[in-house]
Amino acid sequence: MQLRTLIERILQLIPVLLGISIIVFAMITLTPGDPVEIMLGDQISTPEQEAALRRDMGLDLPVHERFFRFLSNALVGDFGNSFFHRRPVSDLILERLPATIELTLVAMLIAIGTAVPLGVVAAVKKGTLIDRIATVASIFGVSLPGFWFGLLLIMLFAVHWHILPVAGRIGYDFEVPKVTYLLLIDTILAGRLDSFLDALGHLILPAVTLGLPMGAILMRVTRTSMLEVLDQDYIAFAAAKGLGRMRILIRHALTNALIPTVTVAALETGSLLGGNMIVETIFGWPGLGRLVVEAIFSRNYPIIQTAVLLYAVTYVLLNFAADIVYTLLNPRVKL
Amino acid sequence: MTEAQMLKVRGLRTTFRTRHGAIKAVDGVDLDIGYGECLGVVGESGSGKSVAFASIMGLVRPPGRIEAGSIMFEDRELTTLDPREMQRLRGKEIAMTFQDALTALNPAFTVGNQIAETIITHDKSDGSKRDRIRRARARAVEMMTLVGIPDASRRVNDYPHQFSGGMRQRIMIAIALACRPKLLIADEPTTALDVTIQAQVLDLIAEIRATLGMSVVIITHDLGVVAEHCHRVLVMYAGQVVETGPTENVVAEPRHPYTSGLLRSIPRLNDRNARILPIKGTVPEPINLPDECRFRPRCPMSADGCRVPIAMRKIGHDREARCIFAGDEP
Repeated sequence: MQLRTLIERILQLIPVLLGISIIVFAMITLTPGDPVEIMLGDQISTPEQEAALRRDMGLDLPVHERFFRFLSNALVGDFGNSFFHRRPVSDLILERLPATIELTLVAMLIAIGTAVPLGVVAAVKKGTLIDRIATVASIFGVSLPGFWFGLLLIMLFAVHWHILPVAGRIGYDFEVPKVTYLLLIDTILAGRLDSFLDALGHLILPAVTLGLPMGAILMRVTRTSMLEVLDQDYIAFAAAKGLGRMRILIRHALTNALIPTVTVAALETGSLLGGNMIVETIFGWPGLGRLVVEAIFSRNYPIIQTAVLLYAVTYVLLNFAADIVYTLLNPRVKL
Repeated sequence: MTEAQMLKVRGLRTTFRTRHGAIKAVDGVDLDIGYGECLGVVGESGSGKSVAFASIMGLVRPPGRIEAGSIMFEDRELTTLDPREMQRLRGKEIAMTFQDALTALNPAFTVGNQIAETIITHDKSDGSKRDRIRRARARAVEMMTLVGIPDASRRVNDYPHQFSGGMRQRIMIAIALACRPKLLIADEPTTALDVTIQAQVLDLIAEIRATLGMSVVIITHDLGVVAEHCHRVLVMYAGQVVETGPTENVVAEPRHPYTSGLLRSIPRLNDRNARILPIKGTVPEPINLPDECRFRPRCPMSADGCRVPIAMRKIGHDREARCIFAGDEP
């Protein structure tokens, strides 16, 4: 891959991101419900007070001015103040972001770490009991709604068996110095095994819940593409060369079978962002997803706007990363 | 034949068990390959020629299975050989090339990588891993030069899709020959190629056979290729050998009607009046074959005597044919 084409591809992202921000802004503006009214709630207020509040939040300006103000501020990292918290949106989001990143990463690792080996085994042992169990499990994984599965896990592991905590990110009695803001890493850096295990215990159920549908789909994709690859001439030729079975399976088959898996993994990681809102709400996970859900209920435009923009940018970047991995795996394709 | 044979196959039977019944893809095949010999194996698609040699390589995939027979390679019986021994033998002593190099080469790795991989796999010498890799890479370039790829030291880092069809075929041959095998099985080496490239690839195989002193099997459906390059020919039909003998004799005077039919269906340039005569009908479904001459339904000479299983009949000291009209004694 050449640096030039890479830079070109990055530049192509700019109009995409601009388009996204326009759509995000339009959607928010067109959503019914007046934040000022919601904010004041039952309080008795004069029209003057309302107008002052409106002016204060910048809601009295014409639409296009509001958009350009939003955009130019966004470029320097200023996403305005939250209507309710009266604090910069960027602060609020940055506070919540590490928890979400940690949850998503672990969910991803669980999904990929189980799905790919399971898919390979299911393909190699096609038609056997293992294959059937994996297939049935993946159907469950795709069809079980996260909110139901999450509650089920809480009931079993937390309420019934008392093995794992019900909710939250870490117990109240643990104090961990913040370095990376990812608790699993920070606890290790602090050399505190007990807090690491506590953080892991809190993380495991939400991560499994979040990762389940992704893992199920990845398993299917890996199995299918692996079956297809195993039928190719180059696998037979690799055997004719006298290579060992593991080398053929892992190096010759899996490298090619991963090509579709990577694309799907990137798309699915994007959808984890949506899953985050549900899972974080169920497990009381102090992440971005829950912040967004709260913001939606209170018409907290700046937060919703910023979060959706962040989701969209992440999604675009994930796809970009998938494209790059795709070309690395598949030399026939150029960026 | 009295001289020592490199490969001796007797009564080989490979069957695919399917829901619709057992497919006898290879049904009682005998064949011999001598040292330094080039054997041509001819037959239509479905005649069992590829499965026969996949069986010899130990590469028949389930539901296929070798049900009976013996495969002696030098002093080893391959049908009962330990799988790990068999793996060591594949690629090292018996190598194989496939019909279409584009699908047989792994698209994800450079050709140098794929040539070197074979060499490293079979390199049982001492020395550090790094040393062996370096040697294998050097040998990959050597092999590419040997098979006539220009600018090999640069192209060694290219991917299969960056080569032309003929060049890819050469690379596959380079991979097969990388460990100097005693026997090369070339499965349809020219079918996927343009006519001009076909000749080049066949000449290359002949040349390398002479230089390295190995034996070669060319599996093809083109008797013309065999006539030009092979010492002996083996004609297969519906899982059985129907005729075998020295190529020039078989081509000049075929003794099985199927061989005659194959010869008549080759286009000729030197005879304006010769018409291409296709063999009527198709190869029979290999499931539940009747106990009779398998070519009977398509045979212009069929008679009542053909309704029983036909054994191979000797013709002279070096020919055989599976036809009641062949043989020295009528």
